[in-house]
Amino acid sequence: MLIINNLKASIGGKSILKGISLNVKPGEIHAIMGPNGSGKSTLAAVLAGREFVEITEGTVTYLGKNLLEMAPEDRAKEGIFLGFQYPIEIPGVSMVNFMKTAVNEHRKHKGLDPLSASDFLKLMRDKKELVEIDSKLANRSVNEGFSGGEKKKNEIFQMAMLEPKLAILDETDSGLDIDALRIVANGVNKLKRPDNSFIVITHYQRLLDYIVPDVVHVLYDGRIVKTAGKELALELEEKGYDWIKKEIENNVVS
Amino acid sequence: MEKDQDKILSDVTTGEYKYGFYSDIEMDRIPKGLSEEVVRIISAKKNEPQWLLDFRLKSYRHWLTMKMPTWPNLKIAPINYQEIIFYAAPKERKNPGSIDDIDPELKRTFDKLGIPLQEQKHLAGVAVDAVIDSVSVKTTFKETLAEMGIIFCSFSDAVKEYPDLVKRYMGSVVPYTDNFFATLNSAVFSDGSFCYIPKGVRCPMELSTYFRINSANTGQFERTLLIADEESYVSYLEGCTAPSRDENQLHAAIVEIVAEKNAEVKYSTVQNWYPGDKEGRGGVFNFVTKRGMCKGESSKISWTQIETGSAITWKYPSCILRGDNSTGEFYSVAVTNNYQQADTGTKMTHIGKNTKSTIVSKGISAGHGQNSYRGLVKVLKNASNARNYSQCDSLLLGDKCGAHTFPYLEVDNSTAIVEHEATTSKIGEDQIFYCNQRGISTEDAIGLIVNGYAREVINKLPMEFAVEAQKLLQISLEGSVG
Repeated sequence: MLIINNLKASIGGKSILKGISLNVKPGEIHAIMGPNGSGKSTLAAVLAGREFVEITEGTVTYLGKNLLEMAPEDRAKEGIFLGFQYPIEIPGVSMVNFMKTAVNEHRKHKGLDPLSASDFLKLMRDKKELVEIDSKLANRSVNEGFSGGEKKKNEIFQMAMLEPKLAILDETDSGLDIDALRIVANGVNKLKRPDNSFIVITHYQRLLDYIVPDVVHVLYDGRIVKTAGKELALELEEKGYDWIKKEIENNVVS
Repeated sequence: MEKDQDKILSDVTTGEYKYGFYSDIEMDRIPKGLSEEVVRIISAKKNEPQWLLDFRLKSYRHWLTMKMPTWPNLKIAPINYQEIIFYAAPKERKNPGSIDDIDPELKRTFDKLGIPLQEQKHLAGVAVDAVIDSVSVKTTFKETLAEMGIIFCSFSDAVKEYPDLVKRYMGSVVPYTDNFFATLNSAVFSDGSFCYIPKGVRCPMELSTYFRINSANTGQFERTLLIADEESYVSYLEGCTAPSRDENQLHAAIVEIVAEKNAEVKYSTVQNWYPGDKEGRGGVFNFVTKRGMCKGESSKISWTQIETGSAITWKYPSCILRGDNSTGEFYSVAVTNNYQQADTGTKMTHIGKNTKSTIVSKGISAGHGQNSYRGLVKVLKNASNARNYSQCDSLLLGDKCGAHTFPYLEVDNSTAIVEHEATTSKIGEDQIFYCNQRGISTEDAIGLIVNGYAREVINKLPMEFAVEAQKLLQISLEGSVG
């Protein structure tokens, strides 16, 4: 699905990602953990195509194509979804209109006709139930005046609407209470299929109580310093990131 | 990243003007220039009665004593009135009024603009008065409307057929001394639309006037007079386009509305005059005086305007709220792109008791465009319990454009409640990226955001035109985000 090879990237001349390699196969959930400032969100930004990140080295292959050459909207239409850490407010644009435009762009890309108004509203209804989102949210402007939790649920709702092949959730759990966390995680679990993959970026282990990853990576100072199974997350929770830091420093010394 | 945003902006706001073609129609033009002689020629061409010629001459003489005002926030190149042709009309046809006698080229022109001169079944909800340069060439559904007592015809026909109505109301809302361009119009106006809705009649279709400037070096000076008698209702729409030319063309029109007791008039404008090219060459000077009088008790006048065209727009559709409990509304979206300038807004004059006014103005600036809102809310001494709500929003695309607000308040009655809100926002790169990430292209994203921003105003348009207006907004900003 996604192969990242020795990816290096910088922002404003400052090197952030210092050689990341990652291989995500269909049906897998990868968790990327790490302390603040380790480069987690920058990795998400590179995959989604934000232009302020400068790629200095390495390749990213998505479904056999060179991802780095694709425009952000083309990546989206090819099935990459980014759940934003800080979802953006767009005043005046209703969720219905926004989603209708997005869904129909995806359909056009696949050579399908636009959905009729009634089919579209039915789809909205079904997906709203799936992610337990308040149906009133759909009539409001995109993220405008939403609480932090509502915004995050709205990201999951949009993911459900667009049915991506590869979803990258950037700290979707931050700022969520336990109920919202459960809803977000349920949304992911319900959408999980053998042919789609997730990259879950998180600072804390608690989301991984609900979403069980196949692989856990620890990102530290722009590098993946440890990769293991789901038990790694628990170990991190117990020992904190200092343990990793010490281990790395020791390795460097020895 | 600044550079990328500039590029996207410039891509979206440099779209082409679709109506810039010129039609080769056989025209009757008078020599260029302005003089008392010219005023007399125009009047003679139209076989006008003496009283109307007198009105024109009195206006012309007054105009000679006036100077063009300098208060607007606009840069206007000097206008040489001796270089303008003040009257140009398609050559006289044998049997006016019959569709078969209209120059086929003229018919093709309106077809191309999407304005049917034939009464077509699928457009049965809209009656059109088509004005090209100085004259009205066709008014559709005249007969159907006449059955209900509604008069909808060209101004010239009204002068001949309903002189009493014209005499009684013309100049009653916009006097000939009103302002420099209104006075000029009063001297040289050539045609326009006239509409009278009788007592108790609800006009069953949208009435509309379509204005087209075609000839070179020609000014358009039309006059629209709309009278809604007691308990009547009418919704009226005007649209405007012009060919692309390197020189500026002057359009100085007057619209007067009178609403009697319990009458309601909805007046919508979709203004898409040629805006000039990307370097700011050419384009129409749109200097228009529009005013409505809520004469009777509980009457209501509502202005809605979508202003996307013209090199310079300078107009303030206003309401005089004379009747007790009367209501005035102004909803506006004004777009300035490239080197376009707009100084637009409204005046709400509260005279009667319990009068209400609402102002919603949305400016959109892109490229090097300059957009000013100028509004006056005036509450006179006897207007107890007057109420006004004003909201002025500005949206900036890019960093070379400007938005300005000049709200004025004059309140002479302590029971008045006047509210004013203003916001300025920018389309953010984050907003565009968020849309991109959902599969929406940058152009579509800007269209969504701009239309979302303008929705409150667009929703006030008659349904058929709301869709058109949305497209127009998107086209006029094409190439502007970057």
